[in-house]
Amino acid sequence: MTDASPVLVAAGLTVRHGQLTALHEVSIDVTPGEVLAVVGANGAGKSTLLRTLAGLHKPAAGTVTLDGEDITALHTDKRVGKGVVLVPEGRRLFPSMTVEENLQVGTTNRRAGDWDIDRVFELFPWMRDRRRQKTDHLSGGEQQVIAIGRALVANPRVLLLDEISLGLAPVIVQRIYETLPAMLSDGMAVLIVEQDVAQALRVASRFQCLLEGTATLAGKPTDYTSEQVEAAYFGFGSAAAS
Amino acid sequence: MIWVNAIVEGLLLGGLYALFACGLSLLFGVVGVINLAHGDLAVLGAYVAVAILPSTNTNALWALLFLPVIFAAFGYVSQRTVLQRSLDSGPLTTLLVTFGLSVVIQNALLEGFSADSHSLSVGSLTTSALHVNSTISISYLRLGILVVAIVVLAVVQLFLARTSTGRQIRAVADDGEAAAISGVNTRHVTGIAASIAFATVAVAGLAYGMYSQFTPTSGSSLLLFAFEAVIIGGLGSLWGTLAGGCVIGLAQTIGAQIDPTLGILMGHLVFLAILVVRPNGLIPARANA
Repeated sequence: MTDASPVLVAAGLTVRHGQLTALHEVSIDVTPGEVLAVVGANGAGKSTLLRTLAGLHKPAAGTVTLDGEDITALHTDKRVGKGVVLVPEGRRLFPSMTVEENLQVGTTNRRAGDWDIDRVFELFPWMRDRRRQKTDHLSGGEQQVIAIGRALVANPRVLLLDEISLGLAPVIVQRIYETLPAMLSDGMAVLIVEQDVAQALRVASRFQCLLEGTATLAGKPTDYTSEQVEAAYFGFGSAAAS
Repeated sequence: MIWVNAIVEGLLLGGLYALFACGLSLLFGVVGVINLAHGDLAVLGAYVAVAILPSTNTNALWALLFLPVIFAAFGYVSQRTVLQRSLDSGPLTTLLVTFGLSVVIQNALLEGFSADSHSLSVGSLTTSALHVNSTISISYLRLGILVVAIVVLAVVQLFLARTSTGRQIRAVADDGEAAAISGVNTRHVTGIAASIAFATVAVAGLAYGMYSQFTPTSGSSLLLFAFEAVIIGGLGSLWGTLAGGCVIGLAQTIGAQIDPTLGILMGHLVFLAILVVRPNGLIPARANA
């Protein structure tokens, strides 16, 4: 993992929501083919980090670069065209549209690549059968998969997954995570934000812990015991310092 | 028979109101702008036709060829400059900005064209009518306006339903942020939605100018009828807007049949009654738009 050069680099990101500093000088990078889990408690700034990478928040300081190109000032839709695609928290499908239309909107500014709507349908045959249905008739798990599909058809180089287990039954979450490897084509970098640390660390090749907007513990899941990760997660001094 | 005549008149008037309401509905549904200058924009359209057409006797139907195009460009530019900026600083600002625009348009028209009323000539179409029988006659002009309203609504509806750009417009209307992360250029797409809305308001303004006389301040009451049509129909539903327009039109003509002074009041009363019974409109949500 460490021999490849990173595709996406965020350096010294500071993001403020009004008075609140949601992120304080956070730096992360992902290399092609790796899954980086961003873990942390509620309000640690995980979602803010992903949303900033996607261009939904403008950082007060710091830069985001994609393959060495500064994309800090780019609008969200332009970042999609360059391959930085977010699957947002809460799925955020278009409720008035059919399954197929949701996926079609995802192709609006797609990069050339292997993924298209047909390939998503091949991976999830039920989606083809129900493509003319409105998405609000579908279950939460199905909606989540469509939201991921909507991001995949844009052919992301960096896929940002924000809380994909939110509000879903554990069985469904398990099933989504099982299909995750099939969804990640060669060389795609993935950033996962997950409340469920164990789930995230199982699929991650590396993790970054955030605590109250600052980066604390980072490394490979195998390098640390779960107690150490937990300590960093909750901010118990000892592990965070190590 | 008098009543049948009132109903026919009401439906025809409904076409005009629906034409007005179409752009208002689109701009609110997609862009999130409650355009208080909507009626004034329509009147501005009629005055632009007066100014551009070579003489007052020129058939104003010619203006249909160029005015919607001018207004579409005007709409796109307005959205990308004034409206978007006001949206960025909150919903109240857009109300103030469009209200300001309304005042500016009215006073500019007063300055340029005086307070005298104008009208657009459509030649013999003004007076010719289809005589169904001795009491019922249908003005070709009014019938034409209803047909144009239906065509405009159908074209907008098809555009939204079938084209890629239309899909993007619906995506922005559903959830602007989700549209952006799906790769939709929301600024451009809302600009296109605004240009469609402005083009339809130009058609509505021309139709109004052919239908009756207008003054620089005619826009305010038009805005009110358009609002009522949109709300009765259900926000974001274009066919509902047509239904809403017809309800207002019918209430006005039937009210006027009962007592000539009752017309406008009856329209508002029916609007209030429907608002009490069905607060979400006749065709709620964006069932088909």
